[in-house]
Amino acid sequence: MESNLQISKLKKFSSNFIETSLSLKKEIILHSKQILENFDFPTTRDEHWKYTRLTKLSQLLLHQTSNSNGVSLPPLNNSQVISIVNGNITSYNRIEGLSITKFSEATKEKINLIGKYVPLDGNIFNSLNTLYCKDGLFIEVNENQRIENPIQLTIENNEQGVFSPIRILIHSKKGSSAQFLLNFESTCESLSLPVFEYHIGQNARLTVDKIQLESNKAFSISSDQVYQERDSYFKINTISLSGKLTRNNLNILVDGENCETHLNGTYLPKDDQLIDNHTVVDHLQPNCNSSELYKGVLNGKSIGVFNGKVFVRPNAQKINAFQSNANVLISEDATMNSKPELEIYADDVKCSHGSTTGQMDEDALFYLRSRGLSTKSARTLMTQAFIGDVLNKIENSEVVEYVHSKLIELHDWTEL
Amino acid sequence: MIKINNLHASIEEKEILKGLNLTVNAGEVHAIMGPNGAGKSTLSSVLAGREEYKITDGSVEFDGKNLLELSTEDRAREGLFLAFQYPIEIPGVSNVNFLRTALNEIREYKGLDAISAKDFMALVRQKTALVGLDSKLATRSVNEGFSGGEKKRNEIFQMAMLEPKLAILDETDSGLDIDALRIVSDGVNSLKSKDNAIIVITHYQRLLDYIIPDYVHVLFDGKIVKSGQKDLALKLEEHGYDWIKEEFATRK
Repeated sequence: MESNLQISKLKKFSSNFIETSLSLKKEIILHSKQILENFDFPTTRDEHWKYTRLTKLSQLLLHQTSNSNGVSLPPLNNSQVISIVNGNITSYNRIEGLSITKFSEATKEKINLIGKYVPLDGNIFNSLNTLYCKDGLFIEVNENQRIENPIQLTIENNEQGVFSPIRILIHSKKGSSAQFLLNFESTCESLSLPVFEYHIGQNARLTVDKIQLESNKAFSISSDQVYQERDSYFKINTISLSGKLTRNNLNILVDGENCETHLNGTYLPKDDQLIDNHTVVDHLQPNCNSSELYKGVLNGKSIGVFNGKVFVRPNAQKINAFQSNANVLISEDATMNSKPELEIYADDVKCSHGSTTGQMDEDALFYLRSRGLSTKSARTLMTQAFIGDVLNKIENSEVVEYVHSKLIELHDWTEL
Repeated sequence: MIKINNLHASIEEKEILKGLNLTVNAGEVHAIMGPNGAGKSTLSSVLAGREEYKITDGSVEFDGKNLLELSTEDRAREGLFLAFQYPIEIPGVSNVNFLRTALNEIREYKGLDAISAKDFMALVRQKTALVGLDSKLATRSVNEGFSGGEKKRNEIFQMAMLEPKLAILDETDSGLDIDALRIVSDGVNSLKSKDNAIIVITHYQRLLDYIIPDYVHVLFDGKIVKSGQKDLALKLEEHGYDWIKEEFATRK
């Protein structure tokens, strides 16, 4: 009650932000406002933020901008690029097989789809995004379209102190197939607050490679909300290369039979970086497979958090759900907090989960060195081998090469 | 080639090597035999540069250099090779990839250009044939899921690839059936030349039927207590180590 009398941290934090002029549904705007009125930044007493302190984030003085001068170049040759700079949608070309519409130019009918599966209750970040999002994109993969080349979104922040609440809704329509590469980059102190809504239609197939290459001063809190219809396939690979504080909320609602869901991730924080992956796979319907593999290598004083929850609802019989989180701490001061969770309400399912955290195998390092490899090369090889299980899940070899080249730069790896 | 002089080494305050002397010249094969706990594995670990062992006294000269001052990788680059008693499994690290890196880092150390991918693969084919290693195993993860015999063969394959000046075979015969023993020994014998040397560490003499030593040494209680030729190994086989224990334990 006391906090209501004085101005909350959150109000101060958002004092410079400009309310959206999009004609979103009244309910969600009101709901967001109400959440932001009544809640403040979560603290480590909050179950979902137990290991991730937001004090530094809450003290930032951020603003929104219309500066949209981009600098980073897309890493892929054969891709079609949509670019967003400092929260502003810049140019995009027509892409064969896709219908792309800005929220600001969309029909009422489409606008009403926004936020359908984005929880607002008690969630200040989804609420901030909803209330302050300047514009967004509907990206529809047209019915039965099979798009071969990856569609690349570069989301870049390069203005000091920028707040970038971008919003994207990707709808893979019935029978379609597409592959997205999301490239998050930043060069300065900033907050990236993207909300992605994915709707995977019947028998549709969508693969997302999400690469986070954020500045050592950049905060990133992202929300991916996925809704799967029957016979659909969804796969997301989250590669967190750098960033001061990165929190990924990935929630997947599997609401149809015979779906396949894959979520993989790897993270290699160093210095005082923090990387936090919270995932939920919610099986509502029977006869589905889901598999989750997250692997981390933690250096310096970095902190890692993994919280993976799998629900199997009463009706969801014959579910195969597999979940694994493995970590290697390569410095004395790194910390990992891992919590895999299963909640099963059906009785005919096959589920497994596991979590391991350890150190690099010294005997293996010695073995490699005794053959003439430098310590650096031996460590590089061992790290590559460890995260290789995750990188192997990326189908596009150009993306793998790009990730590799960044890792060599960031971690002073030997080029092997 | 290697001159070990009055070597003392300990682990966790316990002295294991207590003044070991050994000289091996180019072109020679030496066998070191001894009962369990004599310090055989400690000797190979110390020579390869395991950091858990503390050298408290003595010196090791390898090809004119002070071996004890070199890092593990530099010892390998100078031409020292240890075939492990228990080869490590390293999931995800491909055997040939790591060997290519090893070979190139050794070449770089010697001021030579990197080997081309084509030449390297030709070398792999040649050397797998030499030690009878299934070429599929060569490209798999290091020792992962290998049988005991395959692991030992992989050690000799690596030795063949790196062409060391001095190879130390640490209980390479343990866990091998007679066929595997012959294949491994044939591999070793074919790598023998007047310019390199081999130290065979073993508990049993049966390996020495295949790899014929020029000298046999008995290691007991951290020292070489007896040296001789091939017939010494046969005597040990026949009488066991008890007479050694009796003879030298009483002298203390």
